[in-house]
Amino acid sequence: MQEHIVIIGNGISGITCARHIRKNSDKKITVISGETEFFFSRTALMYVYMGHQKFEHTQPYENWFWKKNRINLLKKYVSEIKTDENALVFQDGNTLQYDKLIIAVGSKPNKFGWTGQDLDGVMGMYHKQDLEKIEEYSQNCKRAVIVGGGLIGIEMAEMLRSRNIPVTFLVRENSFWNGVLPKEESEMINRHILEHHIDLRLGMNLKEILADENGKARAVIIPETGEEIPCDLVGLTVGVSPNIDFIKSSNIEVNRGVLVDRCLQTNIKNVYAIGDCAEQHQAIGSRRNIEAVWYTGRMMGETLAQTICDNPKEYKPGNWFNSAKFLDIEYQTYGWVWAKPKPEETHFYWEHKSGKKSIRLVYNTQTNVFLGMNVFGIRVRHEVVDRWLTEQQHVYNVLSQLKDANFDPEFYEQYEFEILAKFNHDNNTNIKVQKTNWKRILNLIK
Amino acid sequence: METHLKSYKIMNTKHSSYAISNPHKIDLDGVQKASFGSAILGVLFLAAAFLGVQFPDTRIVLAISLSLIIVGTAIYARRTYLLQPEGIKNNHVWFNPLTSRGVWAWVLSIILTSFYIVLYWFPKYLGLQAGTSGKNTGLVVFFDPLSNLLHGKDANQWFVYGTLYTVLIVALGIKFIYKYRHNKYQVVRTSVVMGSQVLFAYVIPEILATLNLNDATNTQGKYLGWYDTDLKNVWPLDYDFFSKWHLDAMQVPDYQPLGMTYLIWGIVLFLVVTPFLSYLVGKRWYCSWICGCGGLAETAGDSFRQLSSKKLSSWKLERWMIHLVMVFVFVMTAATLYGYFANTGTIFGLSIYTYFQKPYGFLIGAAFSGVVGVGFYPLLGNRVWCRFGCPMAGYMGLFQRFKSKFRITTNGGQCISCGNCSTYCEQGIDVRFYAQKGQNIVRSSCVGCGVCSAVCPRGVLKLENGLNDDATRYIEPEVILGNDIDLMKYTKK
Ligand SMILES: Cc1cc2nc3c(=O)[nH]c(=O)nc-3n(C[C@H](O)[C@H](O)[C@H](O)COP(=O)(O)OP(=O)(O)OC[C@H]3O[C@@H](n4cnc5c(N)ncnc54)[C@H](O)[C@@H]3O)c2cc1C
Ligand code: SF4
Ligand code: SF4
Repeated sequence: MQEHIVIIGNGISGITCARHIRKNSDKKITVISGETEFFFSRTALMYVYMGHQKFEHTQPYENWFWKKNRINLLKKYVSEIKTDENALVFQDGNTLQYDKLIIAVGSKPNKFGWTGQDLDGVMGMYHKQDLEKIEEYSQNCKRAVIVGGGLIGIEMAEMLRSRNIPVTFLVRENSFWNGVLPKEESEMINRHILEHHIDLRLGMNLKEILADENGKARAVIIPETGEEIPCDLVGLTVGVSPNIDFIKSSNIEVNRGVLVDRCLQTNIKNVYAIGDCAEQHQAIGSRRNIEAVWYTGRMMGETLAQTICDNPKEYKPGNWFNSAKFLDIEYQTYGWVWAKPKPEETHFYWEHKSGKKSIRLVYNTQTNVFLGMNVFGIRVRHEVVDRWLTEQQHVYNVLSQLKDANFDPEFYEQYEFEILAKFNHDNNTNIKVQKTNWKRILNLIK
Repeated sequence: METHLKSYKIMNTKHSSYAISNPHKIDLDGVQKASFGSAILGVLFLAAAFLGVQFPDTRIVLAISLSLIIVGTAIYARRTYLLQPEGIKNNHVWFNPLTSRGVWAWVLSIILTSFYIVLYWFPKYLGLQAGTSGKNTGLVVFFDPLSNLLHGKDANQWFVYGTLYTVLIVALGIKFIYKYRHNKYQVVRTSVVMGSQVLFAYVIPEILATLNLNDATNTQGKYLGWYDTDLKNVWPLDYDFFSKWHLDAMQVPDYQPLGMTYLIWGIVLFLVVTPFLSYLVGKRWYCSWICGCGGLAETAGDSFRQLSSKKLSSWKLERWMIHLVMVFVFVMTAATLYGYFANTGTIFGLSIYTYFQKPYGFLIGAAFSGVVGVGFYPLLGNRVWCRFGCPMAGYMGLFQRFKSKFRITTNGGQCISCGNCSTYCEQGIDVRFYAQKGQNIVRSSCVGCGVCSAVCPRGVLKLENGLNDDATRYIEPEVILGNDIDLMKYTKK
């Protein structure tokens, strides 16, 4: 009998793990999710609402793929994990035996106990079901209020604006996402939000949500101004947390997420956790204990598949990277770029005169070692920047070879000369732009 | 900030009860209404001519009609897109019945398909020799002033078609440029494809005919023949290049030295230029930069690119069909050339015309590339012909896949599997399938339109000409960039 691997959660982490287990073994694999039968890309939910894609387009594999690769899919909610019996109990009362269990249940939107947070018309944006909700609540919506200035908040604002619904965007911080973005980039996005006719309210919170006589949200109250903003839809996008309520009663050790060691194993020998719901006992480098992004979920899935297939591996993420799109402005980040420079760091920032493109290089003031970069409105090559980080390149080398990293489409205006001119001017240096070099890009020469 | 917001009229909260999901319809403003109305009016003139309405002065009405179409579309696009910040404009694509196989898509598809059927097989209904004693009427005669102006002859159905084709590419090309004004690749590419249609397919041939270097009648009143003077129309797309009548026309003494130049150019273009450019930059140099079919697909067909099927089964079908058509054209041409040099009409006892040229012309040249290729834009997407039929695409695809510097580079581990690239790939390539594995896209069918790269929200895709080295061009990494696991010790159980 082949070992039975059961995965709860068909998101990017669970599915990546399942695919790699299949690549490397003949084990029996079952993937369970209560949300949808087939894997879809959560990051693409917004495009369905905006009419860029149909829901089926968000599914990266055709429906026949799963059977062909002998990955059994079960659309059910797990209500309990009995680790003593190696069994799962479903909401419908049925049970399922496993040999190894992988918990990949993702997150759920946060709610902070506001009055009115459970009213009709109030929603988070995470699951496929939220897509149905937002569709329903947008009917005859005169105004929507989004609470929480993060990545999902701005996506939700963009979604609603695509239907021409007036949006008020409450952001607690005094500039958009400035816990993560340095001042200049954050201000660039503030301006861009306004350009999209979103009523951006910086430094403002939510006090409570008022109901109408049918128990539907009708307005929010802002404590700072005492203002009452009438609305029909309230989006709560104040972060996410691991979706693990049903695990708390089990023997599996949890904190905010499911606690795992570096091999992604829980305190129970044959139970593992990956993706948004996994919490490292000890943070890896400067990373957070819980990393709720697509890429890390995928990496954990890749890594754990090795362990499951008898090639035990620690989760060893490489250099940090991430990306997002704020309305029309693309953002990529590599290495560590903190909102406020650390004492040992120097930040170099260049912004294009359009106010929609910028680049920030972070390096160590003493050693000049390159530590990270942010780009807005410009695309850069992951391989090249990743190598610079790994090789701890001198920032002067990075600057002179900046063209190697340019990933904008052909014919785009390139700004390396302008960027270097500013750096040279600011720092009294004389660094020269080198031509793009394919051999260097492909790492064929050192 | 306040004035900025106020200057905009979007904060209205008017309801319209018939909207399905959007109570806040964006009303067209005066400029948009007027320009849109003008373009429609321009089309209505054509419709009226088709229906046989006689205009007092065709010259002026024709000029007004075509100008209204181009200028109206241009102003409408300018107004619409400049009102919004630059960026990707795909909102509502799958809600709009025209662009999501709704009722308008069917209506348009039926109109286009009928137009092609009439054009190829019943030109009488366009007015060709439909009047008394074989005189032209209707739409054909409506284009006489322009045809006379350009080469001193009355129009025929092909002139009408060529003109409308060019007008569409120009009008909707301008629209495309406004839509993608933030994307320099799209702006440059579209300008070139528009210019190439206007110049190579339309203006130059007309000028050469005026100079009596083509399509001419000599002083004795003898018609000397016609050959294709569209510099970019290359065999095997131009499947009758080697037909006897075509080869003969190029050798007519009165057409020299131009005729022979075209003959040599045609062969060099196929044998040398095409492989070489496909090696350097991929087949995009042709398919989305200068080709006439591609030109129409990229401009007029842009609204339908999302309709192409991304199923694996379609890809299989595509490979069969395109290569079969390619073999068909090779065989047909070989038979034709044999007939030419052996001075015979038969090969192995079979009539070359009945068994080779006619079926190809009917099935592939007309039915596939025209009726299905364009007529089905609104149902199957804008590149059905280019993907499943075009022998030129098949030929260049071989280079692109096996010997070329061109690839679409995937940016390390940045893909979030959102699917925009695949959805908007007009060639039905499942771009995401590669991108999410961190693998570059090296596919024979990619026409290099660059739209996958444009719509990707994470900057994952770049069309570029790198090294022609399969190891760096087309590898599938074991783990995607960003993860540090070392798989060396692993042995497969
Ligand atoms: C709108 C939105 C946009 C985002 N955009 C980005 C982005 O651009 N870049 C980025 O890096 N990240 C983004 N993220 C975050 C990213 O999507 C998540 O980090 C990632 O999807 C997490 O994957 P996962 O596999 O851990 O879990 P999930 O994708 O959450 O999958 C878990 C699955 O398990 C199911 N499940 C949970 N409990 C049970 C149970 N008891 N029984 C059965 N099934 C259960 C859930 O229903 C769900 O289907 C975005 C998230 C959202 C919501
Ligand atoms: S893969 Fe990209 S560039 Fe190639 S045809 Fe498709 S959308 Fe165009
Ligand atoms: S559009 Fe970009 S992020 Fe989305 S699936 Fe394609 S490559 Fe990946």
